[in-house]
Amino acid sequence: MASVIERIKRGHFWTFHGGIHPPQQKFLTSDKPIRAISIPEQLILPLQQHIGIPAQLQVKVGDKVLKGQALTYGAHPMAVPIHAPTSGIITAIKNAVIAHPSGLSELCLFITPDGEDKWRPRSICTDFNQLTNNQLIDKISSSGISGMGGAGFPTQVKVSTREDIQYLIINAAECEPYITADDLLIREHSPSILDGINILDKILSPDHVLIGIEDNKPQAIKALQQATADNAKINVCVLPTKYPTGGEKQLIQILTGQEVPAGVLPSSLGIVMQNIATCFAIADAVINDTPLIKRVVTVSGQALEKPQNVWSLLGTPVGYLLAQCGYLNKDKKHIIMGGPMMGYSLPTDQVPVVKTTNCILAPTEKEISSPYSTGSKEVECIRCGQCSDVCPSQLLPQELQWSAKAKDQQQLAKLNLFDCIECGACAYVCPSQIPLVHYYRIAKSEIRQQKQLDIKAEHAKVRFEARKERLARDKIAREEKHKAAAEARKARMNSGSTAGNNEKSAVAAALARVKAKKAGQAEPDKTSVSEAPENGQKSQVAAAIARAKAKKLAAKKSKSTETSVVADNVTGNTESSIDDKKAKIAVAVAKAKAKKRDDKLTTPTESNPVADKDIETTLNADIKSVTATDNKKAKIAAAVAKAKSKKLHKKSEKPEKSKAGSSIAKQEDNEAMSSEVEPVKSADDKKAKIAAAVAKAKAKKLASQKEKVTTPVDNSSTDNKVINTETEIKTPEEVKKAKIAAAVAKAKAKKIASQQEKSEST
Amino acid sequence: MSVIVSTLIAILVLGAMALVFGAILGFASVKFHVEGDPLAEQLDALLPQTQCGQCGYPGCKPYAEAVANGEAINKCAPGGEDTIKKIADLLGVDVQPMDENHEADNTPKVAFIIEEDCIGCTKCIQACPVDAILGTTKQMHTIIADECTGCDLCVDPCPVDCIVMMPIAKTPQNWQWDLNNIPVVQLD
Repeated sequence: MASVIERIKRGHFWTFHGGIHPPQQKFLTSDKPIRAISIPEQLILPLQQHIGIPAQLQVKVGDKVLKGQALTYGAHPMAVPIHAPTSGIITAIKNAVIAHPSGLSELCLFITPDGEDKWRPRSICTDFNQLTNNQLIDKISSSGISGMGGAGFPTQVKVSTREDIQYLIINAAECEPYITADDLLIREHSPSILDGINILDKILSPDHVLIGIEDNKPQAIKALQQATADNAKINVCVLPTKYPTGGEKQLIQILTGQEVPAGVLPSSLGIVMQNIATCFAIADAVINDTPLIKRVVTVSGQALEKPQNVWSLLGTPVGYLLAQCGYLNKDKKHIIMGGPMMGYSLPTDQVPVVKTTNCILAPTEKEISSPYSTGSKEVECIRCGQCSDVCPSQLLPQELQWSAKAKDQQQLAKLNLFDCIECGACAYVCPSQIPLVHYYRIAKSEIRQQKQLDIKAEHAKVRFEARKERLARDKIAREEKHKAAAEARKARMNSGSTAGNNEKSAVAAALARVKAKKAGQAEPDKTSVSEAPENGQKSQVAAAIARAKAKKLAAKKSKSTETSVVADNVTGNTESSIDDKKAKIAVAVAKAKAKKRDDKLTTPTESNPVADKDIETTLNADIKSVTATDNKKAKIAAAVAKAKSKKLHKKSEKPEKSKAGSSIAKQEDNEAMSSEVEPVKSADDKKAKIAAAVAKAKAKKLASQKEKVTTPVDNSSTDNKVINTETEIKTPEEVKKAKIAAAVAKAKAKKIASQQEKSEST
Repeated sequence: MSVIVSTLIAILVLGAMALVFGAILGFASVKFHVEGDPLAEQLDALLPQTQCGQCGYPGCKPYAEAVANGEAINKCAPGGEDTIKKIADLLGVDVQPMDENHEADNTPKVAFIIEEDCIGCTKCIQACPVDAILGTTKQMHTIIADECTGCDLCVDPCPVDCIVMMPIAKTPQNWQWDLNNIPVVQLD
């Protein structure tokens, strides 16, 4: 270790493989001081500006906030809070385009500044040495500091490492072309930066502090050397200019000669690296109680009149910064966030500056052509191998490229795709202009997605298995319970007590009931040939009854002879003079019934005498409900109809029952009425239920359209129509009720359909 | 004479070797016996585990077992062409196009309950293969989106049709560097 420091002191460093020397272009901004710009009209603050998870909102629209007030909070170490950059009112919390290459929207806070720039109460800390490490880390975390070099890793996670730290490396390399933000910050604020470094030194207590800075920043080097002259622990390491010296792994390799293995954090090697701008932010947070609300942004490029470094509030729209710096390229904008090597083009200039934004680049078309205007100039790879010569991670870019295009994830893993730092050196030197990094990014995101899917699939599998187990367990438990109950009952019955005898008789009754039901079921299942004529007869009888009823009603009401004539000729002319509504309905019902009978002759399994009676009762219900003037009556009628239908169908079973069976019939009726959950076994039950549903639907319809008399029997002609009527009658007040009714009807229709299938197959 | 002797020796030696190796193999088959069908396990690992039953089997595991026993490999609709390719690689058979009866839109989706319409019938809860629906009788139900496999099985039992399948939203976290699909805005 001593040798490392000796080497550094002598000015001898290691080097990393490859690297490139793109044109610096730093002269555009390096000769001008950092300019303070006015507060924009609106600030847009994305909730997440770092790697990790967004913190919880603690403000709402319309809130008045003070400068430096925390807008979010988070207990999770990867949740970094954000703060109000100035005082003002929160005008909106909505999705807006964020600083991300995808151009997708995420939740943002919109603040309209009030111009007062009024601070929240602050407490200045005069001597940070009196604070404990935990207090310091708390201050860093509550000030919302995340890495300001580009990746945005939460600083508090880095500084609360438990590892024994040998080297604290301060990254001031700033190797990307154009960017001079750190350079200017060092020149103007080296005392504050030194405070920040000292705070980190106190928290981490490393053996050595190394500041890595490229030799293209002589003034900054001088400032740093002057500031650290009396501190032997801090070494300013002036490094030869080469891109990407500022990469974390590359800088560690240059300074210490150690390579950080794949998938290992530098802290496990005893190394922590912090960006120099982060050091400044730490000093501001700890000493001045100023959270991270502003940063130095290099606004550069030849499309600007006045390229300059500016102090930008976080949340300032990029367009505002560009306007402040005299943007010339009005007709065709191409804006890059970040440096020319690793930055990305912005889809709109309303994207806000965030914690990681170190540069806004507005190049002319000649300088850097827009990918949107020129399209891809990519040609075939000529296998020149220049890309692997410059790769700082010693990968094989062209091999990676082929595998990425072929989506060969195994091969990509073998070629260590995830060691790629996406520095863009390979794409820079590629003579075929292949956007190599772009392919790697796609491949990386695909592999990540696949991993997520694999995890999810595994999770789903576990849950599925657990569910299966649970169901099996429940089944066994249920069976055992039934068994135990049956045994207990048996024991009770055999004991000879009065209760036992009662139960015995109940069981006997139940057995008889089951027998009767079976008999009832067997009858309609007889061959269709024998039943067809019978059905015909029945339908005729039913029609006659209906006719008679219609007659009666008509006679009662109008006492006209014409009515009875028409009623007799049901199939004939119904348009003839009948004034009575009820009579009309009755006639229509009878007609429909007759039709239904005809239909049923073709499907004998469906026909049933009980159904006829049921429909009759519903008819009665109809007539009743027409005369009724209010909803209640109609509903009661429906309920009566339902009950009647059930009773009727039960009674129809009577003749087939034995003596014992008939004695329990009454009891059974009650049971059938009360227990809906009883499985529908016979076709009779089914019919009764349909009738009940129809009656219900009718009652509802009548209730909702009191005066409007329709022909309800049309609706009862098919099972499907039952559902239709029920869904049709939805009135705004009864939506829920209607829905439940619809659900019941649907379930019934399903059951019927399945039973029909069954009976057809038998 | 010597020919017969040498032949005998050869037979004896080879016979002895056969016995020894047979014994070793027999021992190994007992000692390293694998419970279950390893091929079915491997196939199961390739399937998406949505447990949707679109293949006609009650879950991914039964389908994996069926494929191991010669069922067609192109019946997994949620897995799509990728899964067919993986299964074909594993079994060393040709890639088949997706079965026409099973072809489905396999964009990842999650179920969503329109909560004001839910009547609390618990039918969807019974249908869910991964217990991703929360609720009880006559109480509003809701989907645990993270657990939902998008299998569609809850949609049919719903008596009031209050369950819809929604495609998973694109976020910066799951975005796949699809630069061509970024809305290009001409700035002015």
